[in-house]
Amino acid sequence: METESLFFIGVLCFLSAAALSLLPMPKVRSFNYILSTVGAIIFAATGLNLMTGSPEILFSSPLNSMMDFVYRGDALSGFFVIVISILTCAVSIYSIGYSKDVGRAALMGVLYNVFILSMYAVVLSGNIVTFLISWETMSVVSYFLVTFSRDEKSVKAGLVYAVMTHLGTAFIIAVFMILYKYTGSMDFSGMKEFSARIPLHLKDLIFVFSIIGFGTKAGIIPLHTWLPRAHPAAPSNISALMSGVMIKTGIYGFIRVSMDIVGSGPEWWGMVIVVVGAVSSVLGVMYALMEHDLKRLLAYHSVENIGIILLGVGASMVFMSGGFYKLSAIALIAGLYHTLNHAVFKGLLFLGAGAVLHTAKTRNMEELGGLLKVMPYTGLFFLIGSISICALPPFNGFVSEWLTFQSMLIGFRSSSAISKILLPLCGAALALTGALAAACFVKAFGISFLGMPRSGHAEHAREASFSMKTGMAFLALLCLLFGIFPGAVVSVISPASFLLTGSYGMEASGPGVLRIGETLSALSPLALLVTMVIMSFATMVFIRIAGGKRRTEHRDSWDCGMPALTPRMQYSAAAFTKPIRLIFKKIYMPTREVKISYLLKPFFVKAIEYRGEITPFFEQYIYSPVTDFIHKHAGKIRLLQSGSLHLYLGYILITLIALLVFGT
Amino acid sequence: MEALQFIIILIFSPMLQGLIKKFKANMQGRLGPGIFQTYYDLARLLKKDMVVSNVTSWIFRATPYIVFISTLAASMIVPVITAQYPFVAVSDVIALIYIFGLARFFMALAGLDAGTAFGGEGSSREMTVAVLVEPMMVLSIFTAAISAGSTNLAMIAKTQNIFYSPSHVLAFSAFIVAVIAETGRIPVDNPDTHLELTMIHEGMLLEYSGRYLALMEWAHYMKQMLLFTIAVDIFFPFGIVAGALGITGFAASFGIYTGKMLFMCFLMALIESTRAKMRFFQLPSLLGGAFVLSALSLLIYIMMGR
Repeated sequence: METESLFFIGVLCFLSAAALSLLPMPKVRSFNYILSTVGAIIFAATGLNLMTGSPEILFSSPLNSMMDFVYRGDALSGFFVIVISILTCAVSIYSIGYSKDVGRAALMGVLYNVFILSMYAVVLSGNIVTFLISWETMSVVSYFLVTFSRDEKSVKAGLVYAVMTHLGTAFIIAVFMILYKYTGSMDFSGMKEFSARIPLHLKDLIFVFSIIGFGTKAGIIPLHTWLPRAHPAAPSNISALMSGVMIKTGIYGFIRVSMDIVGSGPEWWGMVIVVVGAVSSVLGVMYALMEHDLKRLLAYHSVENIGIILLGVGASMVFMSGGFYKLSAIALIAGLYHTLNHAVFKGLLFLGAGAVLHTAKTRNMEELGGLLKVMPYTGLFFLIGSISICALPPFNGFVSEWLTFQSMLIGFRSSSAISKILLPLCGAALALTGALAAACFVKAFGISFLGMPRSGHAEHAREASFSMKTGMAFLALLCLLFGIFPGAVVSVISPASFLLTGSYGMEASGPGVLRIGETLSALSPLALLVTMVIMSFATMVFIRIAGGKRRTEHRDSWDCGMPALTPRMQYSAAAFTKPIRLIFKKIYMPTREVKISYLLKPFFVKAIEYRGEITPFFEQYIYSPVTDFIHKHAGKIRLLQSGSLHLYLGYILITLIALLVFGT
Repeated sequence: MEALQFIIILIFSPMLQGLIKKFKANMQGRLGPGIFQTYYDLARLLKKDMVVSNVTSWIFRATPYIVFISTLAASMIVPVITAQYPFVAVSDVIALIYIFGLARFFMALAGLDAGTAFGGEGSSREMTVAVLVEPMMVLSIFTAAISAGSTNLAMIAKTQNIFYSPSHVLAFSAFIVAVIAETGRIPVDNPDTHLELTMIHEGMLLEYSGRYLALMEWAHYMKQMLLFTIAVDIFFPFGIVAGALGITGFAASFGIYTGKMLFMCFLMALIESTRAKMRFFQLPSLLGGAFVLSALSLLIYIMMGR
């Protein structure tokens, strides 16, 4: 079918799903998620068409003015449409079961579908007006979803989110104003055509503003503060969408403006992005490690993964400025591949965390434990997500991180000495990130799902419902498939990288193989998986032959001869991360407070109270001073708003005169 | 035929462990157990009944297999005595590090699975050490990889001829520290102790017995030999056969390889005998120092070009 009509049907699906959820019949209402699943599949087809075909206009309002609504797709938007579709598919299936217990199902259904539609609209927008309206719709709807539970904490999180996201939007508007002033076009393709007219120093300004503007949405450090508050506050299906795809629209916007419209810039652009990426990934995962709230932990991991994506994108920009188009394509593929993978595994992990929260009623890991026995499927899916996010073979995260490593390594081919050293050093930062992520997910999975239950809630947890399991199973399967068929995934992605770099980067060499000609390096997770399966059978046979048939006795764990182990004697999440907290104390600046009350000092201790916290550096030293300053001086602005109607009319008069004088 | 070189790792890795113990004993003026003692131990463990904790889940039971098999798979892609073998195209050194990472991930999970404090302690420390080791290891490998223009291990082994340039000396010293940390040896971890307060690797294995323990131990020996092999592949690759493996080529290459392994064993025994185990929180200074060495080696390589 034609791309245009697919697009229309897709939009219709989501709109009718939103309408359906308003019906006063609860039974019928939950069908809206089935409709949005269908819509997502149709949009996925649209995206695939866009990736294989040439750029085309999907919709254009017939006003013929600058305020027209224009939706246009090319390979880059097509790629992001596919990413959104994949996650939407899984989350919609999951939501059928999940939304039953969230409450206010009608509102949820409407917001859910409009939210997804607005994300599609962002990546398919063809001009400034359409983009900004879609962007704001996305931000406002997601604000309502963050504050959905209406408790104090989520309302506060929503406020931080709203402020930050509008700060970002202000910078984005500034970017577009500069672009419009010099290119004379509101249309993205027109702006691209005349981008040579922009003076060089303003190009630098555009670049810096687009990092701040889009980086706020993407959650790069130090603009990430809203992310670990807002994502956990939303219902879990929304958290999955926000972390999995919404923050990627920031990456999309950045690539669209800085790499597509403005074209390649000087080398330092790329280096700035690489450094931002390295800092975000290392600090993101470090803060994640100290979180014992399952959803906040995952939210911080989004900061980390955005950093990894930016490493690829930044390396691509470095190579582009030096004219190494092939290397640039490889690095961009690494970034885009990780974008796709992160959507899949982070979506999966948030859905898993949602299932846990749903039944255990807590996100605090210190109250969980032993869940793998009561929720075997959710546990397995969460494990698969964990292995993927830790970039361990043969799952998908491994492939994209390997590609990112390769992009960092081939940095030595770039033109300047600084980038030759900087890129491999950022490769080491990526290795640090990988190791920290592994530690973090050993903690997240090990403390929540293994061992003994630490509370009654955890003990009486139940397996998730069928639709929730199906949604998670779909994503878990994709984690594996995207891991063992990297060649196939790259061949789908490469049109997007071709669009921006003019090169395909890698030679096609079979769906299960990934080969980089530039470094003669290759990877075949499929072969690894097959080998491991064969080997496991061989090992079992060998052990049976060498050892014979032996009995297995089930006893209690080793308790040092004490009466019995209790759940409280297990390693806790705080204990698990203590060595890292102490080793990196310069970064964490941990504070501890121990209060001991005695029956008879100093021999008989009645109670010990312990509080340990880390200092949230960015909040405490950057954001607090700013907000304090604003609070202090906000009173002075109040003088302007005296409440007197006459004064306000006076303002209007003054503004009018000013406009008449200067506005010609 | 060449595909079977991983068998060398599989079969001889316990002997390497025995050799190190023997060397160490001799240096300390003891006779020590025979070099085949590790084989007897493995055979005895395989024939024993097992005790498994009630608290554990399937993770605990799957982990020995995953650890053993992933180490075995890693040994299949490493060039041991020849650089031309069926899996040569995918002998990627970064992939290798992540395959080891998979084994470590599951081992750490198994440590938490029994719900004892010792297991958790071992897991926590193991992951912490990994955090400190991994960047340093990757960076020291990067120096070699950049000079070979590839992360393919066989490619690095084939093109690496300069083993006396300053950058390589620095990278090699950093890599040796990484090997010590990864194999759980003094001064990072003490392989001979079961003292609760100091153990790292042993802590995670505390709940294992019988064949599971045999698999875990064997995998550990294999990982040790693999890391030695990777070290010599990257830094002293002379003598490795680049083309097809004839009888003479096999004999010569195997001879040289044996010599190199003996050297590595001796080196490890020497370090273990002359160093004391460090306190856990002093490790960052050792491993951080090694990181600086590897960063320096990269810098020198980029600046000097060798």
